[in-house]
Amino acid sequence: MSAPEIVEPAARAPKPPVRASAKKVKRGERRVALYLIAPTIVLLAIVIGYPVVSAIIMSFQKDAGLDSATGMFVQGGFAGFSNYAHWLFQQCATTGGGTAACPPGNLGSQFWNATFVTFFFTVVTVVLETVLGMWMAFIMNRTFKGRGLVRAAILVPWAIPTAVTAKLWFFIFSVSGIANAMLNTQILWTSDEWASRFAIIIADTWKTTPFMALLILAGLQLIPEEVYEAAKVDGATTFQRFWRVTLPLVKPALMVAVLFRILDALRIYDLPAILTGGGGGTGNATTTLSILVVDQIRQGFNSASALSTITFLIIFIVAFIFVRFLGANVVRTQESQQKGKL
Amino acid sequence: MKAARLSVIAGIAVVGLALAGCSGGSGGSSGSSGDDSRGPITYVQGKDNSNVVRPLIDKWNKAHPKEKVTFKEQSDNADQQHDDLVQHFQAKDSGYDVVDVDVIWTAEFAAKGWLQPLTGKYKMDNSKLLKPTVATATYNGTQYAAPQTSDGGLLYYRTDLFPTPPKTWDEMMSDCATAKAAGVGCYAGQFAKYEGLTVNVSEAINTAGGSVVGKDGKTPTLGTPEAKKGLSRLVDAFKDGNIPAEAITYQEEQGRQAFEAGKLAFLNNWAYVYNLAKTDGSSVVKDKFAIAPLPGDGGPGASTLGGHNAAISTYSKHKATAFDFVKFLQSAETQKFFVTQGSLSPVLASLYDDAALNAKFGYLKTLKTSIENAVPRPVSPFYPAVTKAIQDNSYAALKGSMSVDDALKNMSDAIKTAGSGS
Repeated sequence: MSAPEIVEPAARAPKPPVRASAKKVKRGERRVALYLIAPTIVLLAIVIGYPVVSAIIMSFQKDAGLDSATGMFVQGGFAGFSNYAHWLFQQCATTGGGTAACPPGNLGSQFWNATFVTFFFTVVTVVLETVLGMWMAFIMNRTFKGRGLVRAAILVPWAIPTAVTAKLWFFIFSVSGIANAMLNTQILWTSDEWASRFAIIIADTWKTTPFMALLILAGLQLIPEEVYEAAKVDGATTFQRFWRVTLPLVKPALMVAVLFRILDALRIYDLPAILTGGGGGTGNATTTLSILVVDQIRQGFNSASALSTITFLIIFIVAFIFVRFLGANVVRTQESQQKGKL
Repeated sequence: MKAARLSVIAGIAVVGLALAGCSGGSGGSSGSSGDDSRGPITYVQGKDNSNVVRPLIDKWNKAHPKEKVTFKEQSDNADQQHDDLVQHFQAKDSGYDVVDVDVIWTAEFAAKGWLQPLTGKYKMDNSKLLKPTVATATYNGTQYAAPQTSDGGLLYYRTDLFPTPPKTWDEMMSDCATAKAAGVGCYAGQFAKYEGLTVNVSEAINTAGGSVVGKDGKTPTLGTPEAKKGLSRLVDAFKDGNIPAEAITYQEEQGRQAFEAGKLAFLNNWAYVYNLAKTDGSSVVKDKFAIAPLPGDGGPGASTLGGHNAAISTYSKHKATAFDFVKFLQSAETQKFFVTQGSLSPVLASLYDDAALNAKFGYLKTLKTSIENAVPRPVSPFYPAVTKAIQDNSYAALKGSMSVDDALKNMSDAIKTAGSGS
């Protein structure tokens, strides 16, 4: 949709004296544009297209099995949808050649649990981060003494690498760590089912709220002061000003921020992997889909490819729903904001 | 215009060819090449933290100027080392001649056909080694690697509470009353859900006379009363508090810190703890602990084996040199250097009785007993799936959310599915 708009200014720039040649010039420029884009397309095909396609092809191959006579690995051959059935319906191959429900301890039995954990983390952390992030953004948007300092302080957690954050909270949440010392409790933060989940939610919120705050702040700063003044003159209360002025005007930026966070949270790996190792509860309370993929890679690439394809589809569907029905539009927001349409 | 279009097509074609070249692999190097040839080789190992490998290679290179060894150092993360080896083997890289493999990877690499079987002219002399170490390097009746370093579990105990160490598990459990009266936790090992849990659970099962898998490395043998007895011991100890509740989060280091802080009467850990607990500034038990073999059922318990094996890559072009280098790694002098320089546990039996070494490394004599009675972890090409099956189910049992019977049955089923594809 936006393609003609992009080409337009460039095509308009050199004013051709004769109308007849204008068409020709335009065609020539289109071709040049094509050549200029071609390297990018090729590069994208290599770094994005090739891995995705090869993962999908691999997901239809069986993992190597043992030749019972020699004890050596042999190629598995074509698998059909059995790798997908393995994850979605928890079907495991048996020694007899048939399939049976995967027993606990087999990664296949953990798919739906991991899906639940991933979505649970996503919903809770994104809600918390949005609320807290907005609050922080309002603070950062005010004019007061030491604003620069507050802004910098709020951004510190975001600047720390996730691995370091995870290790930091690992020490805080250890049995004899500061969390238990301050609360005067003996909670096994990395081992209890819900304690471990909340440990991850706390750490993740601490780390990524600044990201939310920053994106919302960018949206807030675009709102002209006059709108508020007009609202005040019209006698709007503080709540009305927030609900009827701030929120609709900040919505495009907010939606993009929430979309980014959801996509990020759905593929969360490093924080739980380091903080709890995916453990807690009976051992898998914090195993997310990405952790499951990495676990499976060590046991067989092809089955792992199927799982990562499933994960990819889940994230894609969520993003699609979000963009299509909730109006988060990453591409158009900036344009429409500049034009004043919202 | 036409020329420009052609150039674009040509550009795409070049990229395409380059891709095809990548995926095609080098090929051509057949497994049996380089049998007798000599020449420079590369030795691959994880991070050389205590500077053991470089001096050894310098020494070798001085003596063999025409067959120099280059050291390729990997990261210090075991998973990364594993993945790095897999990638190079998959690419049939002849640049990885001698590789250092963790005992638990040996079967997987062997079954993939990546390791040169040590038979025929590559036969190693195993007579001077501690027997169980050879078992870790043997898959399907064939030896694929040479044991290089070993490790076994030791029981660290508090001499101020117990003048003599418990010989059996039951003795230790009855000693727990004394420990509790003194206000310290009784026993701990590694019970967090990671590889250490597999080590501790298989120790418990093996000590009780059971086993995890049969001789073929894939048929589970957990449906025995012995296996049940072994796992029940740990589960019961958690239940009655003989293993403190927080031990469910312990890896090696947390256990060591708890022991050094005087919070534990008994600790099951590797040999590295000994010197640290004797010298650490923060250790309050410096002069108040000693070591013993793991408590068993009458005799010493069955420890699980750690350590690394040295293997020759099937794709090596200079296998004769590689074989000599592997023998050099197992020589008495090198093995002694492993102890003195790196505090590693050697595989040569005689070194454990060396008086001079024992004076400096007080744990050696006990460690020998431990390793002599040790049982390797399942030697399975599907080890990652096997260890996952053990970890998930035994962890649930230790937490009390799964009965011991169910845990063992699920473990068996999961190990079975591991061996039959996905």
